[in-house]
Amino acid sequence: MSGVELSPCTCGFCWTLRGTRWLHLNDAQVPPTSPAHRLIKLAKPLGFGYTNPSIQFKSTTIMLDCGLDMTSTLNFLPLPLVQSPRLSKLPGWVLKDGSMFLDKELKECSGHVFVDSVPEFCLPETELLDLSTVDVILISNYHCMMALPYITEYTGFTGTVYATEPTVQIGRLLMEELVNSIERVPKAQSASMWKNKEVQRLLPAPLKDAVEVSMWRKCYTMPEVNAALSKIQLVGYSQKIELFGAVQVTPLSSGYALGSSNWIIQSHYEKVSYVSGSSLLTTHPQPMDQASLKNSDVLILTGLTQIPTANPDGMVGEFCSNLAMTVRNGGNVLVPCYPSGVIYDLLECLYQYIDSAGLSNVPFYFISPVANSSLEFSQIFAEWLCHNKQTKVYLPEPPFPHAELIQTNKLKHYPSIHGDFSNDFKQPCVVFTGHPSLRFGDVVHFMELWGKSSLNTVIFTEPDFSYLDALAPYQPLAMKCVYCPIDTRLNFIQVSKLLKEVQPLHVVCPEQYTQPPPTQSHRTDLMIDCQPPAMSYRRAEVLTLPYKRRYEKIEIMPDDLGKDPENPGVSSQELSFSFPKFSCS
Amino acid sequence: MCDPQSRFVARARRRFAMTRECAVLLPRVCAALADPRQPGLDDTCLEKLLDWFRSLTWFDPTVELVRDNPCVTELISSVLALPDPSPSILAFTLQLAGILASSESRFQHLQQEKLLGRLFGREGPRGVAAWEDASVRSAWLKGVHSMLHHLPALRCLCSTGGMDVIFTLQGDPSLFVASAASQLLVHMLTFSLESETSKSLSTKDCDWPACAQMIVKHIKESLQSSSASHVEQSLKLLSSLFGSCFGSCYAAWTDVLWLDIAKQIESFLLEETLQAQPMLANILLNVARSPAFCGTEGSFWAIVTSALEHLTPIQAGPLAVGLLKLCKCPQDVRIQALTVLLQPMDCILRAASQPLECAGLLDESVSDPVTVESLLSSKTSCAGLLCQTLAHLEKLLSLKHLRVDLPSESLLRSLMTILQFCHGFLSPASPLGITISRNLINSFRVQKSALDVLAALSEKKDCDTLIGSLFDVLLAYLQSPNTNPTVLKKTFQATSKWLVHLQELSSSNSQCQQTEKILEGNKVVCHLPFTDVFVVLQKRLCSPCWEVRDSSLEFLTSMVKCLREQKEFRQCLLSSEVLRLTENLLEDPESYVRASAVTALGHLALMTCFAPVIGNQYNKESIVAKLQEILSTDSEGFPRRAVISIFTKWLREGCTGQLKDTEQFVSRVIQTVEHDLDWEVRLGGLELVEVFCSQAIYQLSQCPYAPVSSAVTSSTPHNELLQVFCRAKLFGFLFGSLCDCDKPVGQRACDVLVGLRGHFYPVSTLENPQEIEDSPAGRGIAWLQRTLRQGSLAQNFPTGGGVGVDFQDPESMMLALGAIDLLELHDELNKSSDHVEESPQSLLQDILATLGTTGDNEVDCY
Repeated sequence: MSGVELSPCTCGFCWTLRGTRWLHLNDAQVPPTSPAHRLIKLAKPLGFGYTNPSIQFKSTTIMLDCGLDMTSTLNFLPLPLVQSPRLSKLPGWVLKDGSMFLDKELKECSGHVFVDSVPEFCLPETELLDLSTVDVILISNYHCMMALPYITEYTGFTGTVYATEPTVQIGRLLMEELVNSIERVPKAQSASMWKNKEVQRLLPAPLKDAVEVSMWRKCYTMPEVNAALSKIQLVGYSQKIELFGAVQVTPLSSGYALGSSNWIIQSHYEKVSYVSGSSLLTTHPQPMDQASLKNSDVLILTGLTQIPTANPDGMVGEFCSNLAMTVRNGGNVLVPCYPSGVIYDLLECLYQYIDSAGLSNVPFYFISPVANSSLEFSQIFAEWLCHNKQTKVYLPEPPFPHAELIQTNKLKHYPSIHGDFSNDFKQPCVVFTGHPSLRFGDVVHFMELWGKSSLNTVIFTEPDFSYLDALAPYQPLAMKCVYCPIDTRLNFIQVSKLLKEVQPLHVVCPEQYTQPPPTQSHRTDLMIDCQPPAMSYRRAEVLTLPYKRRYEKIEIMPDDLGKDPENPGVSSQELSFSFPKFSCS
Repeated sequence: MCDPQSRFVARARRRFAMTRECAVLLPRVCAALADPRQPGLDDTCLEKLLDWFRSLTWFDPTVELVRDNPCVTELISSVLALPDPSPSILAFTLQLAGILASSESRFQHLQQEKLLGRLFGREGPRGVAAWEDASVRSAWLKGVHSMLHHLPALRCLCSTGGMDVIFTLQGDPSLFVASAASQLLVHMLTFSLESETSKSLSTKDCDWPACAQMIVKHIKESLQSSSASHVEQSLKLLSSLFGSCFGSCYAAWTDVLWLDIAKQIESFLLEETLQAQPMLANILLNVARSPAFCGTEGSFWAIVTSALEHLTPIQAGPLAVGLLKLCKCPQDVRIQALTVLLQPMDCILRAASQPLECAGLLDESVSDPVTVESLLSSKTSCAGLLCQTLAHLEKLLSLKHLRVDLPSESLLRSLMTILQFCHGFLSPASPLGITISRNLINSFRVQKSALDVLAALSEKKDCDTLIGSLFDVLLAYLQSPNTNPTVLKKTFQATSKWLVHLQELSSSNSQCQQTEKILEGNKVVCHLPFTDVFVVLQKRLCSPCWEVRDSSLEFLTSMVKCLREQKEFRQCLLSSEVLRLTENLLEDPESYVRASAVTALGHLALMTCFAPVIGNQYNKESIVAKLQEILSTDSEGFPRRAVISIFTKWLREGCTGQLKDTEQFVSRVIQTVEHDLDWEVRLGGLELVEVFCSQAIYQLSQCPYAPVSSAVTSSTPHNELLQVFCRAKLFGFLFGSLCDCDKPVGQRACDVLVGLRGHFYPVSTLENPQEIEDSPAGRGIAWLQRTLRQGSLAQNFPTGGGVGVDFQDPESMMLALGAIDLLELHDELNKSSDHVEESPQSLLQDILATLGTTGDNEVDCY
């Protein structure tokens, strides 16, 4: 008998878990060639993104998440909303031998080389798994669905996508912001020469080390987004969804973001839990449902915090302190962020803090094409919020205090820097805007505007991008840079407690979770510690999951039994059996 | 005047006396208590009643109490006659009988009544169902304990089989009962040996009193018993016995007893299976503390040494620290004890370094180092062992005279290592180091303990070469966003202490180069690391966590207190944003933070506006006005208390200007605080007044130490002084405060007035107030005196002047000081506020009311 197999994808986010037929035998009875449950990681182990395994289970191929690796954009020059003399005057890159054929595509800035074209994204792995065979995609949270249009619109995918309503709505906002940010700065030239393998190896790092560059694609369009989202079927927490009568999947609250889910994939006798992007902290979403994860045969664990040494509370404190100090000194604060998620908690924290810090008169600006929708959506998904916020709805009060900030004109939101914003703009101020990669969106303008003054500060709160890489095309930079990554997802201590609590038979996780971080080899506390040891996987690896299936439930219907010629009067009766070591092909 | 102790005794005797009213009420109370039909009283009432009897018998050992109040013995008889008394009344009766029998005469009386045998003898209550209740067994032991203050009681108990009951109760399932039995045996043995023997005893002496013999025999038998619980009980008893000897009993019999059991104790040390190891350490420590063992050499200290070797580090820790506190302890034992305490620190140091890099902290171990290593390797015991060790070390560092040298430098290095482990800064090479590091990361408990020791270590010398690295560690803690608020507070405290130490070091080194060596590793050589400290302080003052803002302000205050004379400190402070941020925090939404900001700003003001500093933009008037506003308007008490306390500090330090300015300042302040709702603010106002008075007296008296010779003196300084006080409106505040609804305010006001009277009148006249003359002023003072006696001045305070007391008239106030009996007022104010409600009469009435047998009720029934 064999178990389930795992294999990762190159995109950094996708996984497929493939399974054999439902009925399984023990090891002794199953020939070595017997198909197995496999989990395929369709993600690059970048250390930043999300992992998207796929599972094949009872001939059903389930793709777990559909995240997009956006770190590829760090190799590109920023897209300025307003003509930037600095960026437009950057010298073309010249090879050591003096060849200049790449000088239109590649520009040099402070010792770094960037691609001068529209940013491109690294797509999910397609070689290990034919994505047209994927039956179902389960989405964990809105950050993990950003590659969906690439899958649904380009691969022949005909299956169904399952996600909760807030995930879909906020995911749409994120996609919309992404598309809008890129489309509103059209770039005449595209760069493709540098992708030639022979050329690429001549380039300086990190371009020469970039993987699968031929797979990188430009951003999708809004019609593609709409088409992709139309394939999503909405689900609620604890709702049981039958897949072809063979497998049942159930979303559970994961406590990380509005509508974020972990998933239970189970049959009558097997249970696989997929834990991705979960949080045990008390923030705005509904708390994590741990109890339902108990008695799992296999627990696939992904989406742990990317900054395990940074305590979110401490980081929020650091964020507020630096913000207050900058503003008091007459400087402006720029917070590159996504339009949903941590920003809600930051605004709530600032709501309580600004009076005590004497910042009541400092304007807070939230600039995003979806800023208004994001702030409004957060207030209407009451059933997906934590208990305290749900209670407020019945008072009735808005669950998030940013409503009051808006009402009192302390927080103002704009779709872009153009229009009303330019009339209202007062300094010193605090600006929340995207994109955290600093490559597109309104943030590019503020980096160009404020970067020259040491009074200003840029505070990085999103952990998805290396802040040093993000800042590279803006060097030399006079403004202060503060790195306060706020990642509320599970850390290793919390994982240990969770695993002790839910006691899965086997844990499967990315390889990087089973060893200390390379730069802190003594930190053995920063790895998963469980018994039996977690089974780890690497990129493009197919894993055989270690559980044994011993039972199957079958239903024998009268048609299947056939008629007894000697007793034609025997009535049809449904029978259920559990067969130990039952074999059926 | 009689001495205070006699006055106290006399007052207590009066308070607890059997008054006529009590004697009338007591029979009804006793009858009600003995009546099984009455509902039970709550235990508090019964305890209060017992307390009263305890006081009565303590002040009067004669038999009169029971003779004159036969109802008491009748109550005991009645309860004993009940077939099934309730546990609470039986427990009460047992304790009452014991209290009554505490004097020999009453004991004889109760014996004649044949009560004691039925209570504490063979035919006692052990057979009744109520004995199953732990409160009854406990009361039996308490009763016996109370009774055993004379030999007849002791002999009676021994002869009636009471000892066996006590031995049995030692193993009682109720821990309270078992502990009480053990304490009783200790009392009996001590009492027996001290009362029944006159010559010194030997181990084989058969002349030991019978009771003592019985107890010692019981102890020895239990120690040799195969039952672990018996051994444990015996060890507990011995521990209490030797513990009780400390300080009170220097008798040689403790030595004799010890010699008798020493071998057995020693053998227990080698028994690893024994659960009572911690008790062995306790016994040895108690024996070591006993003066009987002072200077004893040989066997006892050999056992102590053996204990240090064989007990686990956690068990041996308290013994080791106790030994190090002893004045008389052999030096080799002291060194060994210190070694035990330092072993975990040594292990940390070794685990963190390469094998050959660091020699550790100790030359050799006392016990097997593997034990310490295994404890530190375990997640569950690592933090516990380190916290205990660090707590012991902190205690040792706080001792003024430690008779062994602490290796301060190595200890500091070890502490730094622990702190680095806890924060994940250190990358140890050894497997043990990796394990310990994993166990310690994010352990706030260990961080707090280590920082406490670090702060205490700043007092020691010989750590100077590590100061640079130490500040690196401290600054890393201060800067890290992951530092827990409580840990941050401790880090601030340690940093503050080490900055002071460094400043002392710096000022003691005349040559800069020497300081450079000291600050090796610090980038800014020859400079204290103030710049870094202020950068982090600025950030912390902006923290969204109020605890962090609060502890940052406390840190600032402590630095200003100690370092304000330091030029570099002043420069760094004044060039930073700290002053402005502190001022902003006066408006913090959290009252604790506002209070801390007031204190910090008050101390900062001492160096920025009251002391001349070039370029400072903080003027005196604006700060005084801000604080005055807080005092008048802040809705919370803490900031207002902080303001009044700062004003008093300024006054003490002479920063409020000339007398004229100070007079106006004080006047403004007391007008603000006299109606404050917070009594501590009003009390603070009185403290301010007291300081002002003493300063004014000092400034205006020609010779402050000259005794005042005549009653009312018309000398110019006195008049001027009175005028100053009247202009400042002190007297109205002081006399008004005498009737304050919060007693400490009244007491303080009275103290100040007594002090003022002592200045204006000879001390000898204090007990003989002047007659009040019949004049307009005199009539006003008479009114004041009457009003003060009624305690209602606050309500009748003369606002319109119609009453006739002019508190701003020097002549009237001089008269008031001389005529009002301040001593009487003082005594009145010192009476407990509940002296009426707590009186025995009130208690008896309460009991009757609860039991429903008051006269009114009886009438109603008829």
